[in-house]
Amino acid sequence: MTKKLLSGNEAIARGAYEAGVRVAAAYPGTPSTEILEYLAHYREVAAQGSSNEKVAVEVGIGAAFAGARALVAMKHVGVNVAADPLMTLSYTGVNGGLVLVVADDPGMHSSQNEQDSRNYARFAKVPMLEPSDSQEAKDFVMAALEMSEEFDTPVMLRSSTRISHSQSLVTLGKRKEVPLRPYVKDANKRVMMPAAARLRHAAVEERLLRLREAAEKSPLNRIEWRDRKIGVICAGISYRQVREALPEASVLKLGICYPLPPALIAEFAAGVDKLYVVEELDPFLEDQVKAMGITVTGKALFPLTGEIHPNRIAAAIAGKPLATPLPVPEDMPVPARPPVLCPGCPHRSVFYVLRQQKLLVSGDIGCYTLGALPPLGAIDSCICMGASISAGLGYEKGNPELKGKIVSVIGDSTFFHSGMTGLMDVVYNRGSTLTIILDNRTTAMTGHQHNPGTGYTLKGDPTTTLELAPICRALGVRRVREVDPYDIKALQAAIKEEAAADEPSVIISRRACALLDKSAKPLYEINDNCRNCGACLRLGCPAMAREGDSVTIDPALCAGCGVCAQVCNFNAIGKAGVANDENN
Amino acid sequence: MTKTTSILMGGVGGQGIVLASRLLAHVIQAHGYDLKISEIHGMAQRGGSVLTYVRFGSEVHSPLIEAGQADYVLAGEKLEAWRWLPYLRRGGTMVCSTQEIKPLPVITGAERYPEKILAKMQALVDDGLLGGLYAIPALEMAASCGEPKAATVALVGVLAARLEFPGESYLQALADIVPARFLEANKKAFLAGYNYF
Repeated sequence: MTKKLLSGNEAIARGAYEAGVRVAAAYPGTPSTEILEYLAHYREVAAQGSSNEKVAVEVGIGAAFAGARALVAMKHVGVNVAADPLMTLSYTGVNGGLVLVVADDPGMHSSQNEQDSRNYARFAKVPMLEPSDSQEAKDFVMAALEMSEEFDTPVMLRSSTRISHSQSLVTLGKRKEVPLRPYVKDANKRVMMPAAARLRHAAVEERLLRLREAAEKSPLNRIEWRDRKIGVICAGISYRQVREALPEASVLKLGICYPLPPALIAEFAAGVDKLYVVEELDPFLEDQVKAMGITVTGKALFPLTGEIHPNRIAAAIAGKPLATPLPVPEDMPVPARPPVLCPGCPHRSVFYVLRQQKLLVSGDIGCYTLGALPPLGAIDSCICMGASISAGLGYEKGNPELKGKIVSVIGDSTFFHSGMTGLMDVVYNRGSTLTIILDNRTTAMTGHQHNPGTGYTLKGDPTTTLELAPICRALGVRRVREVDPYDIKALQAAIKEEAAADEPSVIISRRACALLDKSAKPLYEINDNCRNCGACLRLGCPAMAREGDSVTIDPALCAGCGVCAQVCNFNAIGKAGVANDENN
Repeated sequence: MTKTTSILMGGVGGQGIVLASRLLAHVIQAHGYDLKISEIHGMAQRGGSVLTYVRFGSEVHSPLIEAGQADYVLAGEKLEAWRWLPYLRRGGTMVCSTQEIKPLPVITGAERYPEKILAKMQALVDDGLLGGLYAIPALEMAASCGEPKAATVALVGVLAARLEFPGESYLQALADIVPARFLEANKKAFLAGYNYF
């Protein structure tokens, strides 16, 4: 059978399809986003974009209780949002199998922290599987669902950036038609009130012992005996990195990273001269192996931060790196190429004005977090999804001198995710912060997914469009207005008035993402009036640069938004091909 | 067991680096090798650096390429060539475009675009550290083939002439993955690179 080159995310989606999954839900988040995008293509799977990760898991719970196989997917920090249902789902167990896919991001390629979600498996007392390439990613989804049904537990499947976004060859199979399990009401098992939950907690502890027994015999855990001088315990991507770095070493490859198999680990430890654990982030395996009374070396050699690459493993364990960097001249610094707001991005002017008016900006998660970078430099803090509005209220309560200067900035998708409760809190607790909803009509950062405000589902079917202004009014905000962010004067006036207002206010800055807006607009160019003052460069538009004694606009990059022409004090920027006096 | 070949491809968001790696993957797979491709994107589509690793051989474990390991670097832009240069092994080969795309710190004047990148790389060839330097005006070449967006495909052409697979395999791969209306221009751009040196 021919093999297909699949990314880890595509393989996970394929695995769910082949395993007979009927319901899948997720909120997008790098590096997990593509799992649901691929699943949306299978007509047999009810795949949906949920408004946040907690909702996604709860939809999965209902589907599993109803007897269907279900998959929910999220990035590592998404599990924080979903932790509430997850912890109690562990108690209730499932009916149809449920797999929760979590994609970690060691090295923080696209995340605000690098928490190690293996801790959640231990915390929730549920098993976790960890694939090391795309073939395993596909196969482990099937294994997870079977384990879920056999042991009546949700099962977590941990990916990482290098698994999700690496492609390798996969053998495809056919979809297994898994019949719906009958639905039988079982309130003692599913209504988690104290009396029932006490019984379920005991069942969870007993289940964990049975899972540990199963892990001893599972084909997902295996010893690969090679040279017995060095033995390495590893899982996931670290298994591949160890094989690359130490091809001769013996390896205990753990496909189940929780719960661990103590007898198998003892057998492996007894069979090698020197035992190591190679794992990224926390000493999750190492601490447990040490608790078994086994001598092992891990974080004494490897960092607690970032990814661990083969060179480092070879150097630390074999005493010799695989390669050394090509010696190149060091006298030439390499400028970084940070991500930037695109030419024509409707967020740019908002941050320009916020900076101009010297306001305190409580930020949020999305493309617009880039408004923190120079030259805009407009954001004071950014913590997690939805934190902008509630933290803004906290700024005001914490320091009364900041009142009237606090602006919370949040995207449309993030507002639907977890901003609405914060805004309700501002109203209820008599705050007076300004909230700007950057409504670019999409979830741009993760690749333009639909959200409750776009009018379409993940599968592209038309649905009810949730309007932001009526929602804000319904939440109790009386001052709600819409502004076109391409109109700098209107934006300046609105922000000035609403920030100073003595009650909660909302500005909806509404303009589609520049990458989605395909309408042709006239481009802009610099004319002879340019005094090279650099005011326009404070917009941080990648289409503009200083060339000699003037500024230039690259016509290949200009999106025609016209914001630069509005911030120029010398009428030196106009529409291309139009004489000066015809502009404005 | 054949040795693993490592190719690092770097460029700027929107240049088609991901397409180039898929093109190469198609050819490698058609020739029966094991392979792994790793992409770092996420925020890269916002004009940041884009990086993909392509590795192939009889069995490939790690999807990563580390400094000093790459047999080839393909760079869609000159500064990116300089950025990823230390990833080449001694005797490795650089294929790059002469195009310059200024990063934001250069645009704002906080940093300067490095000068004489090509001359400095040529000096490494002369010193025997680099196996070869192949720099082409890829953007102009692709434009003259009718599709400026095929610039990276022209660079793949230069690389292809140095790899073990026949040129026809790439033309077949292009036919499989490029939409029909762009196919002729992409084939022309590929051949322009393939026959450049």
